[in-house]
Amino acid sequence: MAPLLQVQDLHVAYISRAGRKSPALEGVSFDVRTGETLGVLGESGCGKSTLAVALLRLLPGNAEIQKGAVLFEGQDLLRAEPRALEPIRGARIALIFQEPSLALHPTIRISEQVSDVLAAHEPASRAARRQKMLQVLAEVFPADTAHIADSYPHQLSGGQQQRVLIAMAIACGPSLIVADEPTASLDPTTQQDILGIFRRLREKFNLSIILITHNPALLAGLADRVLVLYAGKVAEIGPTEEVLKSPQHPYTRALMQSVPEGLEGSARSRKSRLPVIPGEAPNLAVLESGCRFESRCADRMEQCKQREPGATALSEAHAVSCFKYGG
Amino acid sequence: MPYRVSSTVDDSREGEKMDRLLIVEKLAKRYERTTVLGSKKEVLALQEVSFSIGRGSTLALVGESGSGKSTLAFCIACLERPTSGRIVFGGNEIAALGEKQLREVRPQIQLVFQDPVRSLNPRFSALEIVSEPLIVQGRLNKQEREARGRALLAQVGIPQEKESQKADEFSGGQRQRLAIARALSLEPKLLVLDEALSALDYSVQAQIANLLLELQAALGLTYLFITHDLGMAAHLADEIAVMEQGRVVEMDAADTLLRAPGQEATRRLIAATPRLGAADHRPQVI
Repeated sequence: MAPLLQVQDLHVAYISRAGRKSPALEGVSFDVRTGETLGVLGESGCGKSTLAVALLRLLPGNAEIQKGAVLFEGQDLLRAEPRALEPIRGARIALIFQEPSLALHPTIRISEQVSDVLAAHEPASRAARRQKMLQVLAEVFPADTAHIADSYPHQLSGGQQQRVLIAMAIACGPSLIVADEPTASLDPTTQQDILGIFRRLREKFNLSIILITHNPALLAGLADRVLVLYAGKVAEIGPTEEVLKSPQHPYTRALMQSVPEGLEGSARSRKSRLPVIPGEAPNLAVLESGCRFESRCADRMEQCKQREPGATALSEAHAVSCFKYGG
Repeated sequence: MPYRVSSTVDDSREGEKMDRLLIVEKLAKRYERTTVLGSKKEVLALQEVSFSIGRGSTLALVGESGSGKSTLAFCIACLERPTSGRIVFGGNEIAALGEKQLREVRPQIQLVFQDPVRSLNPRFSALEIVSEPLIVQGRLNKQEREARGRALLAQVGIPQEKESQKADEFSGGQRQRLAIARALSLEPKLLVLDEALSALDYSVQAQIANLLLELQAALGLTYLFITHDLGMAAHLADEIAVMEQGRVVEMDAADTLLRAPGQEATRRLIAATPRLGAADHRPQVI
């Protein structure tokens, strides 16, 4: 069976008013299968949010998709007519953003905001829509559906607001949810609640999820596979367990080491220096030839300066872009 | 006793009192809120909060959103007046001081906030940011201020060629370095770090965490590290205090507290902390 989503050689750049081109994604390719959760791991500025909106062609005006294809259920979304995207955006593919308080209208009741999503995609009578709205809200608020429906966003906590966004995302029965740092603004207990909801909903509706985050620990036990994005390119992609526990790309390895052992650490490792990645992520507008991680890499070799490594398959599911493994 | 305290804290009440830079006793903070209908409603943000921090050590204050962590930080930094209770800083009671005396205490307790974008003036240069507190406090002349500013930038790892760069041209991690340098400019004894790492990427958090440890070793600083990231608290802190609904429900040496949590709130936080080693909850699809 063909994957639900196939992203092929995606290139996106931001163009300044002076016409200067600043690439954000360069040659990103990956698949998402039905029912699969793909974690996208990356740091600020690596292009992970650009990826989230590029899939649905919701990029800001100064961004340009330069190359590539996004095949969803067989259709190339990058070449589709704008009208053909309408039944897909928010219905077949739903987006969830980081800051739930900014994503909700402050002076409209939750019931109406969820109904609006339904109204945009499914013609139905008012009564039928209201019933569907309550049904959708009940998925995330089984105990106090009616009370939440009557509330305004400011009367809800951050966690409750994020649940509302999840309800809006599943309202029209999507097959793919793209969640960009859905728990970054929440405290750990609420974070676990929200991740628990994702787990439950994907079982129930056989959802595919792209979960974008900078926190590797969130992906453990949630994502089937992890894609590590560095400076607009896929550094490594593979099964979650393998990527997190025995990372192969020098960047992934350095990133994992910089996370404090915390609860699992010994008393001796406390208050000790954490291994850090020297320097900062490169400015893609002035990128030189060679591997983009070269200047920060502990394992750099002569050829890393000269050209960029391609992806090398370590196994059927695990690929790394690094000369150490071929390139 | 409403909460468990470690032996070190108990001892401090008698013999080691001098070693505690900050002692908070039965602190309470009540806010009065006027509802839409005009009636007054009381919110108890802090109740009966007691703890202390040893000189040169780090106390991590953890708890869920709304548990009162930031209110406590503001009371300790003398930016909010507690409703009742005592705050003893360096041997002096500071909770009840007048505005004029507070002006002398405040420089010794400095804050670093979560969001380095909103807590720095984007139009100020790096050097202006770190020397402004000296101007406000009327310390040093212009030349001395610039020299001190440069030394501070060097101390937090901002290269000299970037001293005239504007705040909004720095990355998140570098902005947080600037915020720390600014906090250090008045040579404080206590730094209150209110979610100071939470907005940063992990690789950058590691850099700033290392910087905090270096500065603590070099300057003998005391930290109150407020966070909801128990993993980072476990790494940086000597002691951990857990807050729930305006109270400190448990406080102990970091190791002891994590190994043998005595309270439900602590156990809940430990359970909710994501870890890399977590087992997968379902069979692989692949």
